[in-house]
Amino acid sequence: MARSVTPRRKLLNTTIAWAIGLLIFFPILWTILTSFKSEAQAIAAPPIFLGFDWTLENYRVVMERSDYARFLWNSIIIAGLSTVLGCIIAVPAAWSMAFVPSKRTKDILLWMLSTKMLPAVGVLYPIYLIFIELGLLDSRAGLVVVLMLINLPIIVWMLYTYFKEIPGEILEAARMDGATLRQELIYVLTPMAVPGIASTLLLNFILAWNEAFWTLNLTAVNAAPLTAFIASYSSPEGLFFAKLSAASTMAIAPILILGWFSQKQLVRGLTFGAVK
Amino acid sequence: MGQIQLKQVTKSFGDVQVIPPLDLTIHDGEFTVFVGPSGCGKSTLLRLIAGLEDITTGHIEIDGADATDLVPAKRGLAMVFQSYALYPHMSVRKNIAFPLRMAKMDQAEIDRRVNAAAEVLNLADYIDRRPGQLSGGQRQRVAIGRAIVREPSAFLFDEPLSNLDAALRVGMRMEISELHKKLATTMVYVTHDQVEAMTMADKIVVLQAGVIEQVGSPLELYRKPRNTFVAGFIGSPKMNLISGEEAAKHDAATIGIRPEHIDVVPAGGTWTGTVGVAEHLGSDTFFHIHNTGLAETITVRAIGDVSLTHGDTIHLNPRMEELHRFGADGLRFD
Repeated sequence: MARSVTPRRKLLNTTIAWAIGLLIFFPILWTILTSFKSEAQAIAAPPIFLGFDWTLENYRVVMERSDYARFLWNSIIIAGLSTVLGCIIAVPAAWSMAFVPSKRTKDILLWMLSTKMLPAVGVLYPIYLIFIELGLLDSRAGLVVVLMLINLPIIVWMLYTYFKEIPGEILEAARMDGATLRQELIYVLTPMAVPGIASTLLLNFILAWNEAFWTLNLTAVNAAPLTAFIASYSSPEGLFFAKLSAASTMAIAPILILGWFSQKQLVRGLTFGAVK
Repeated sequence: MGQIQLKQVTKSFGDVQVIPPLDLTIHDGEFTVFVGPSGCGKSTLLRLIAGLEDITTGHIEIDGADATDLVPAKRGLAMVFQSYALYPHMSVRKNIAFPLRMAKMDQAEIDRRVNAAAEVLNLADYIDRRPGQLSGGQRQRVAIGRAIVREPSAFLFDEPLSNLDAALRVGMRMEISELHKKLATTMVYVTHDQVEAMTMADKIVVLQAGVIEQVGSPLELYRKPRNTFVAGFIGSPKMNLISGEEAAKHDAATIGIRPEHIDVVPAGGTWTGTVGVAEHLGSDTFFHIHNTGLAETITVRAIGDVSLTHGDTIHLNPRMEELHRFGADGLRFD
């Protein structure tokens, strides 16, 4: 039975939804607003919401003091490469688990996911030692590998879930129609899985972009990404909220814009109507 | 050409043997139907022929050549799936053209064949739509279209009509039968619906637990079921199978008499009982009769609308010449 929604009820629902949305978004909004305040206004009590003197001073100082472009470039390289590398490993893994499952497939998936239950700091010491041994400390290559491995269980799990939704009969039909394994992957599986692969890639990119534990612990100067850039504003001379906010805003802006523009394609499913 | 031969084929999943050694020949141009209850192995058998499952032991020959180790595409067979299995991201035209594209056929020939298939299957108006925009019957036609453009040596159908509603099913049944007459290509068709089997088949293969119970034309199976399983499975309503004293009178462990071979008589008759349920279809009336002195409920089919209802006394006369006799092993003897 379809539920009837009265206009008043609809208005209420919309208001509540917006309220929750704004509540979640508020810290980000506050950070962005603070980045345009002077240091004094940033810590003013009671806090000033909009009625402050808008200034770009913080951005100017931040740009002057640090090499934003280098941090940004490091973030792009580390998040991008770890995502691509993860995908190259995860697509075949997820494909085989989804379409040629064995008795142990479920166990392997759970085992992979269980590695995420370990607190990262628990393996910091061994990984730090390995990095020293291999000369990977403060290198982008080292971070790419670590972040890829950290997110791999999630990529495999997500892709597996998406692939599972593709009916096996369609792939069998392709096989009957003379498609080789390569053609089956290119012409049938991939187009049908594009929304799934895209949203997995995006999520993984965001996770890698925001990852702060390993990036802060394993880098110093050369490979430091934007997380290190933010962190550098919370130290020695004390907290400068406005400048910290400006740095944060600059660090999250690229990923915020990416997420905003890609959300539509990601939601759209393609498989509808193939199988009754 | 399209002769398919199974020689001592078996299939096991792990330790479970679902198809014990099986021999079967499907002749060129024949419409063969595999029929049996759920889980009898009929779909598995079809998938073995298609090459979608590997056989455990034995050989499959297609047109005399060993196809046991050939990949599905190299067997020259086309399959229509129960779920249609259309490519959702492609238009009807691209769906039908897909096998030809995979075969690297030139574009002019692809166009010619796709248009011809669309014509035959009344799909011309939908050719640029996606599967999601089609009804169930249209999707099924696209799936058939994708099969016929390849001009395969045999078609394999895996319960193609079970997702359609009753009216559409009857229509598609006739379309597939007509297609078979037009193309004269071997067709292997899997169904659990014995009416589909009876109406479409040249040859029916009745399966139970992976074992072939009987192979024959629809009327052979109807007239001379080899055992009690086939007797009970083929025919609608089901044959009455009676054991005990009544069977012993005919020197059999079980006797069978079809509902349409029992006459309702005004008085006397071999059996007298009371009507339990009366199903009035207009053209026929089915009576389910109790208290005949037999352990089994007897089903009777009377022609026309016979005005007896629940609780009425009914007199029955089975036609002795239509009686089937089965031994203790369930096998028929004459």
